[in-house]
Amino acid sequence: MSGIAMTKAAPAGEPLLEAAGLAKHFPVLDGFLFKRRVGAVQAVDGVDFTVHAGESLGLVGESGCGKSTTGRLVTRLLEPTAGRLTYRGQDITHATRKQLAPVRTEIQMIFQDPYASLNPRRTVGEIVSGPLEIQGLLTPGARERRTRELLEIVGLNPEHYNRFPHEFSGGQRQRVGVARALSLEPKLIVADEPVSALDVSIQAQVVNLLQRLQREMGIAFLFIAHDLAVVRHFSQRVAVMYLGRIIEIGDRDAIYEHPRHPYTHALLSAVPEADPDDDGRERIRLAGDVPSPLNPPSGCRFRTRCWKAQDKCATDEPPLVRLDGDAEGHLTACHFPQEPTVADRGHDVVLDPALAALEGTEPPREPA
Amino acid sequence: MTTVTTPQPRPEPPAPRGTGDPFLSVRDLRVRFATEDGEVRAVDGLSFDLERGRTLGIVGESGSGKSVTNLAVLGLHDPRGTTVSGRVTLDGQELLGAPRKRLEKLRGAKMSMIFQDSLTALSPYYTVGRQIAEPYRKHTGASRHRARQRAVEMLGRVGIPQPQRRVDDFPHQFSGGMRQRAMIALALVCDPQLLIADEPTTALDVTVQAQILDLLKDLQRQTGTSIVFVTHDLGVVADVCDDVLVMYAGRCVETGTVRDILKTPEHPYSWGLLSSIPRLKAPVDVPLRPIPGSPPSLLDPPPGCPFHPRCAFRDEVAGDRCATERPQLLLTGARGSACHLDGDRKRAIFADRIRPALGRRPEAASPAAAGPEGPDADRTAEPEADRTVADEPAAEPEADQGEGNR
Repeated sequence: MSGIAMTKAAPAGEPLLEAAGLAKHFPVLDGFLFKRRVGAVQAVDGVDFTVHAGESLGLVGESGCGKSTTGRLVTRLLEPTAGRLTYRGQDITHATRKQLAPVRTEIQMIFQDPYASLNPRRTVGEIVSGPLEIQGLLTPGARERRTRELLEIVGLNPEHYNRFPHEFSGGQRQRVGVARALSLEPKLIVADEPVSALDVSIQAQVVNLLQRLQREMGIAFLFIAHDLAVVRHFSQRVAVMYLGRIIEIGDRDAIYEHPRHPYTHALLSAVPEADPDDDGRERIRLAGDVPSPLNPPSGCRFRTRCWKAQDKCATDEPPLVRLDGDAEGHLTACHFPQEPTVADRGHDVVLDPALAALEGTEPPREPA
Repeated sequence: MTTVTTPQPRPEPPAPRGTGDPFLSVRDLRVRFATEDGEVRAVDGLSFDLERGRTLGIVGESGSGKSVTNLAVLGLHDPRGTTVSGRVTLDGQELLGAPRKRLEKLRGAKMSMIFQDSLTALSPYYTVGRQIAEPYRKHTGASRHRARQRAVEMLGRVGIPQPQRRVDDFPHQFSGGMRQRAMIALALVCDPQLLIADEPTTALDVTVQAQILDLLKDLQRQTGTSIVFVTHDLGVVADVCDDVLVMYAGRCVETGTVRDILKTPEHPYSWGLLSSIPRLKAPVDVPLRPIPGSPPSLLDPPPGCPFHPRCAFRDEVAGDRCATERPQLLLTGARGSACHLDGDRKRAIFADRIRPALGRRPEAASPAAAGPEGPDADRTAEPEADRTVADEPAAEPEADQGEGNR
């Protein structure tokens, strides 16, 4: 990835975390007895972004686009294959466990599955006070007081200190996970699909809780989700990923109201809205699924599903740059960008062969 | 394969209500499971009708009984430990208590189902083509060769590239979206008149979901199949359904056309669902308004209205009837809700407190909302306005924490 620098003057707050050309390739091994490297899954392949203090950066994309891997790289649960990761000026790309210990208190993570991410054999009190214990902070008595306080902050009853995770519902478990992430007073929380495993009516409870924490405690968030509406609600800036690359990044208004990349248009057009009068949007229906990251297309990775692709897209990889007429900090990686509007402009883009066949040939239905 | 279509008639709105008898009719369906912890009332007195060529959306959270309803309709529930009562008629034929032979003749031919998880629903042992051909051979008696041709034809229709070749692939060789397409091909191979789709797109990515939903709609317009569409996503409902049934704790709490439910909902649970989902067009600085608490256990559902422990409006009903008396589903035509609040009061609460927070324009100002309910709702809302100004929406500030106190 060409090292196009991020616009430094973006929102207020100093840069907290900077990723430059960050990549993670997982080797694919084959062979009997002697394993041979036959390829690599290019899960994340050169992403640049900055998270500023106190802001929320949303990361959206479809499954397999590398958004979770990015989250795990940022928390250094995985070691990057290439690129540079800086936390408050300190290079943590290949830092050792020991060097990471002080940084890890400041970067915490909330996981997707509230059932798998809590140890069923420990009480909620033990789970939430665990990080404090590991870091050797506070006396046992003070830890318990702090834990009860944390439970209260996330909206749980402090008397539930001695209960086990199975006694709680999904939404309550996710609150336990949030309390655990808060226990070390982090500056950055990586939230990996924090609400997608929850029921609709519970999702909003957790989103509101996270939003309150962000406002009141000034915690920066890297908010990873596939639900575009949730990300829009939670994040001031949004990055759209496709097959291991960021293809468009900008503030909320830029991405949702004035997107330029065809893939962002396709994503927004595909979100179903709970409003029967919502017909003022363009209609784009892509064909097929995301290609395998094992062998991604050359040049622009979206070109195989793009209706604007030309020869240039296969040979030249488009750099992530600010296009003419776009707002400060709105970067797009596309040779042939779309008009900056999501409104319906009178023609549908239907790439799916089955849909094109069904809609092109049959007459409109007669009202019975 | 790449086609950019130029101005083209958008899918027409569904045909107005047809005449004649409903194609699928469910009356007072009750499904109970005997478990170690006691009896679970998964479905508790559910009734609905579905006409030919229409799509009924069943909306609800996990555990609201929406999947169990469909399994009972198809007779796919485990007969041990399950008690089913009520009446289910498909095209005049009673399904509940019908002999297994007869159900087997209907399943796959006249009625079929699409499941959520295509990887577990398809057998890993047989090729996709064989799985599609099998019900066709069984129900039509076609030859092996003819059935295979039919499988190829179906795969092509649902948009699998190179169906001639892919027909011999195994399910694991397909991607998630393609597997879901193969499952649609399998469900539609005998041209069923009833298709039950149980969260068919929940596991899919949003761009693939849009393809599959459009495919289902287009195929329905071609074949005239009736669809029961189970989902928890109100956006999907708005996209594909004609009528909607909102389920809560095994009961229908509200039913009506898709416009009724999404534009002028009447049940506090429907209000809660609408207010709690973030939307692309809603203002971002307003916090979401979640439903406090969590869904009840069906082992021991709350007395009275099952929603009353989470309801912000139970104080508006005199005498605490919500906690003691179960509200009946009162229907006017096909529209109704099960709530003790009276009709005018419900419309007033929605117009004054719920709709403004959704960030939508009022119905009257919206030119597109010329539905029959639009002006009507506004008219009835006006005299009520004075009464509601005084009471503050008291339930919101603590709504965020409601779930914790248990």
